[in-house]
Amino acid sequence: MWEYSDKVKEHFLNPQNAGEMEDANAVGEVGSMACGDALKLMLKVDENGKIQEAKFQTFGCASAIASASALTEMLKGKTIEEAEKITNQDIVDYLGGLPKEKMHCSVLGRQALEHALADYRGQPVKEQEGEIVCECFGVTDLEIERAIRENNLSTVEEVTNYTKAGGGCEGCHDTIREIIARVRSEKKRVTRPKLSNIQKIRMIEETIEREIRPSLQNDGGDIELVDVIGNRVLVATRGACATCRASELTLKNFVEQKLRELVWPELVVEEVTE
Amino acid sequence: MRTIYLDNNATTQVSPEVLEAMLPYFNEYYGNPSSAHTFGGQVAAKLRKAREQVADLLGARPEEIIFTSCGSESDNTAILSALRTEKEKRHIVTSRVEHPAVRSLCHYLEKQGYKVTEIPVDREGRLDMDQYRVSLTRDTALVTLMWANNETGVIFPVEEAARMAKERKILFHTDAVQAVGKIPIDLSNSAIDMLSISGHKLHAPKGIGVLYVRTGTRFSPFLIGGHQERGRRGGTENTAGIIGLGKACEMAAENMEKENTRVKALRDKLETGILSLVPNTRVNGAGAERLPNTSNISFEFVEGEAILLLMDEHGICASSGSACTSGSLQPSHVLRAMGVPFTMAHGSIRFSLSIYNTEEEIDFVLEKVPPIIEKLRSYSPFWKPEGQACASGT
Repeated sequence: MWEYSDKVKEHFLNPQNAGEMEDANAVGEVGSMACGDALKLMLKVDENGKIQEAKFQTFGCASAIASASALTEMLKGKTIEEAEKITNQDIVDYLGGLPKEKMHCSVLGRQALEHALADYRGQPVKEQEGEIVCECFGVTDLEIERAIRENNLSTVEEVTNYTKAGGGCEGCHDTIREIIARVRSEKKRVTRPKLSNIQKIRMIEETIEREIRPSLQNDGGDIELVDVIGNRVLVATRGACATCRASELTLKNFVEQKLRELVWPELVVEEVTE
Repeated sequence: MRTIYLDNNATTQVSPEVLEAMLPYFNEYYGNPSSAHTFGGQVAAKLRKAREQVADLLGARPEEIIFTSCGSESDNTAILSALRTEKEKRHIVTSRVEHPAVRSLCHYLEKQGYKVTEIPVDREGRLDMDQYRVSLTRDTALVTLMWANNETGVIFPVEEAARMAKERKILFHTDAVQAVGKIPIDLSNSAIDMLSISGHKLHAPKGIGVLYVRTGTRFSPFLIGGHQERGRRGGTENTAGIIGLGKACEMAAENMEKENTRVKALRDKLETGILSLVPNTRVNGAGAERLPNTSNISFEFVEGEAILLLMDEHGICASSGSACTSGSLQPSHVLRAMGVPFTMAHGSIRFSLSIYNTEEEIDFVLEKVPPIIEKLRSYSPFWKPEGQACASGT
């Protein structure tokens, strides 16, 4: 049996916002019965662009049900602009982690959200772009590339965990390996200008303020920059984050990832206690 | 919370009588049966007795019994032995629904250059005998077919298949791990050359298995070591396990008819109850001859792991052919080989009973399972209250 966090169990056993919404004005549907999981996300967005209500219907395992429940809880009260910033990693963090084999359940949530927001804006649901790489689960090269970039994946197994690609007949494993190599070599080629220490600290502060703090505050938490020594970013957690058992995951998977992405790729976030 | 254990095809409770028979052989009679002294000799005598008990259940001779560590070791030994003794032949015939102990080894051997033919099954899980007949060639070294399927309980006509192999001088092995103790087996007048057993599937402990090798069958050992098992399987014997398995076989032989009639009645009550209480369900393999204890039920439009976990909240233990339970992303290869549609395959649950299950337990399951399915279906985008599936679901 899988090892699930208490939060996953709670959301699976007592899902929030399950069921159909008659008057939804934003609906996103992804997945299929053949793939083993499917999600229909329904939102009621008010005239100010704020999500008043969120509901879901899902066909899937405990992680799929918990991810959908968590996503609807995260969405309530957010503006459309805030909602579109939610990543699959945010869903994972909210749940206190998912087994690595179940990460695709959080990706399904993010995809359903993208479809719902497109529906709200009256945009057509994007046709699947790119070329199908995994015939078993209908996953394209662009989806695989995106998963690799967003989640810093480096093995076929990780790609399968996040996208399901390669989880069937395994005939596409070589292609997935090639995509991983290509994306990772592109990453290496990106050269960034050297930052002075002052520039680095300023950028870290700005990124925390703009990209990180609002998400943490939404969940009743916060973070404070204590010091920067070389590439070590010393932070202290505040509010709900200070008592959260999953704060280590949040620091590694969210804070550190954002700072690496937006400031400097070698930054390491460390928590200090007073 | 009480436990209602309906996962006996995974493993069984060690019978109290089996445990009692084994206990003295851990600390009181701990001699090595290979030793020349009386203390070891007492244990050797008990092993001889256990060998006879196993042979009696199978209609075999004691010298045809090789004790191994598990069913997987027996399967591996049989297949590898056949290939070593039939060196000039490079073809293996098996089925699409074998247990991984056979299937994974066959896939491995395929990568080593062997040709492997996997015989398909029909939608009830029955072996395609026409395909089987034409698959046997001059180059076939071995046929390995399970006696009864671990997921559906569907029984293959192994005696008939073995006779067809024998006519062509092809070795025949059967993985009978799920069949032994549940249905009568008589190897005395059979064409089967090798047969695998696992102790923990019939109320003996884990860690003990048997490979039956018919007298006159050429054999090449897998574990090479001491002279144990007449040189056919090296390694000091798991004496307590062997004695336990002997007792379990003796009990199975005595009680098979009576107990399995009772178990089958409970299984049928469970199936009939679920089918009548829960719409859009199906019993996989119901149209085929099946083991009396196994029921594989698909619940349309819900996913198996979610069902299992909600049953677990009530102490009900079963297993699922769903992809999400195993970590694989494809549902059970057995159900897919039977052509069970995705709408059904993802939501399949295997209930496997034993002689220790009671009618009260089945009543409890029938009380708890329908609301679980109803709850999960209320979340499902493919389920409509009137029972109509959305087209997009398939």
